[in-house]
Amino acid sequence: MIALLLRDMRLAMRAGGGFGLGLAFFLLVAVLVPLGVGPESATLAKIAPGILWVGALLACLLSLDRIFALDFEDGSLDLLVTAPIPLEGVVAVKALAHWTVTGLPLTLVAPVLGVLLNLPEAGYFWLVVSLGLGTPALSVIGAFGAALTVGLKRGGLLLSLLVLPLYVPTLIFGAEVVKRGADGMATATPLALLAGITAGAAALLPFASAAAIRINLR
Amino acid sequence: MELSVANLAVARGGVTVLEGVSFALPPGRALVLRGANGIGKTTLLRTVAGLQPAVAGKISVGGEAIAYAAHADGLKATLTVTENLAFWGAVYGTAAVEDALTRMNLSDLRDRQAANLSAGQKRRLGLARLLVTGRPIWVLDEPTVSLDAASVALFADVVRGHLAAGGAALIATHIDLGLAEAEELELGPFRARPASENGGAFDAAFGGDFA
Amino acid sequence: MSLWEYANPQKFMQLSRRALPWVTVAATLCLIGGLTWGFFGTPDDYKQGSTVKIIYLHVPAAMMAINAWVMMLVASLVWLIRRHHVSALAAKAAAPVGLTFTLIALATGALWGQPMWGTWWAWDPRLTSFLILTLFYLGYIALWQAVDDPDTAADLTGVLCIVGSVFALLSRYAVNFWNQGLHQGASLSLDKKENVADVFWFPLLVCIAGFVLLFLTLVLLRTRTEIRARRLSALLARERMG
Repeated sequence: MIALLLRDMRLAMRAGGGFGLGLAFFLLVAVLVPLGVGPESATLAKIAPGILWVGALLACLLSLDRIFALDFEDGSLDLLVTAPIPLEGVVAVKALAHWTVTGLPLTLVAPVLGVLLNLPEAGYFWLVVSLGLGTPALSVIGAFGAALTVGLKRGGLLLSLLVLPLYVPTLIFGAEVVKRGADGMATATPLALLAGITAGAAALLPFASAAAIRINLR
Repeated sequence: MELSVANLAVARGGVTVLEGVSFALPPGRALVLRGANGIGKTTLLRTVAGLQPAVAGKISVGGEAIAYAAHADGLKATLTVTENLAFWGAVYGTAAVEDALTRMNLSDLRDRQAANLSAGQKRRLGLARLLVTGRPIWVLDEPTVSLDAASVALFADVVRGHLAAGGAALIATHIDLGLAEAEELELGPFRARPASENGGAFDAAFGGDFA
Repeated sequence: MSLWEYANPQKFMQLSRRALPWVTVAATLCLIGGLTWGFFGTPDDYKQGSTVKIIYLHVPAAMMAINAWVMMLVASLVWLIRRHHVSALAAKAAAPVGLTFTLIALATGALWGQPMWGTWWAWDPRLTSFLILTLFYLGYIALWQAVDDPDTAADLTGVLCIVGSVFALLSRYAVNFWNQGLHQGASLSLDKKENVADVFWFPLLVCIAGFVLLFLTLVLLRTRTEIRARRLSALLARERMG
């Protein structure tokens, strides 16, 4: 399992593209939104939590199809399914690898982009906490979508269509944490719900994803 | 560790292609599957390897004994030869990487990225994975594609060594590997009939007699 | 004689052929009767005027939009557990019908909302939930379309339907939370029961029955079509194999 995590991360590093692209996309969103909305700092401060969460979510979405597609194309997915490690574990590890190269860097750069969007000072801590707690759910849910569409022609767009509705609760609770934090309100409730979604998704969805992969491979 | 298959029926895309396939593969033996393109060799091997369910029949293997090698080798282009093998070594919990490199004549290429290997070298690396798994029963789908004559001979030697060590191999191939230990199984007679008890060569639930 | 026998395609075709005319006639009668009664046989609401009469379309459509998904969930579970092909095809057949009901609910809601609230659209929790439900239907239908092998498609959409149901419930809860959270008082109540009197209620019941029967009619019809399509490709495959 650890070998698989290390391999996936090594592959992501050597391929470059992957996580650099997600970060660049996130940056672009944070730059384009003020250009579209206007420079008033009050407006930006108000929408910053939502924009940052939507931006991180879309940046995450960009690289989802690579979770299984590359392994499917070169045949390693077949070999992993016949290997003596549970496929559920493979799915969980690959989602973790995806999070390490996308969700984690996005979480770390988000405060910088918060400055661009004039996020109120009280919001930074909650931005990092909510993204750190919520982006793993995005990777795990995304891995489920990737498992459903692995091996399909034109899978990319379908993947987005399948995954985006599943992202709704994570987005709502995640952005709510930042909004409340920025307004100096109590964040415990949405934070607990966000953590609940992440924990529940990480515990249960790998089973559905593994089932989907087995169905797709036969 | 014996692989035995009894009255097996396998399907591709919901259509039964082979039925009534039975054979036993005791340790030390190799079985070469023969048959025209599209008859269902790959489907049969994938079913035996556990990648897809059998339509009917029984496959018995003692525990996790099968190592499967498909058309695609599952190599990662940006990893070196050693890294590729070491990954599978870790997955299967074995430490046979060095031995596999030597036996597949890959020692000189150990630090080269898989992207910079020739097709034949890649194939040899893919087959070296089998040695790394440490599994006794090899299920091989066209293992000699893109190998030159010398590499085929090398591979045949490796299979021979595997058999001599008590392993077994189920191989789908079109060429003669020169394996004295190998029996052949022609799949032609097992081609599924259009209307058989297994649903035959068409959609079982919807193809039968209908009101 | 077990209920599961009707899951056999052939049995289902026989049964549905006999049932379909009755269901169709019943659906037509209920819809015509209920809508006529509702539109012309009830007084205008003292507050909302005649616009309130859109509930005879809006409420049943919204109910069936959700019930169709529930039916798909049950059918998916039956397929995944018991491998009855009819069940998978019924789920497939129900999806576009459910989507249409969802769109009808959204459209009639917008038509009603415009004179009542002065806006075609508000991010009211219920409206938002229906928008999200639309996305779930679209994804489900798109997955059926994208997978070539029918049994694989049935399996994958079944898994999606189960996971989607959990997330749809979560979304419903999240949306409620989201619109109460910071935007207190901004939401417009869509709760009709509080101001629905019996005069409105009885024709509404007939309309709901009509929509249930309409759903049944359409799903039976579409499932029969799906079964015929599957049979056609099975026979073509047999022809090719000789």
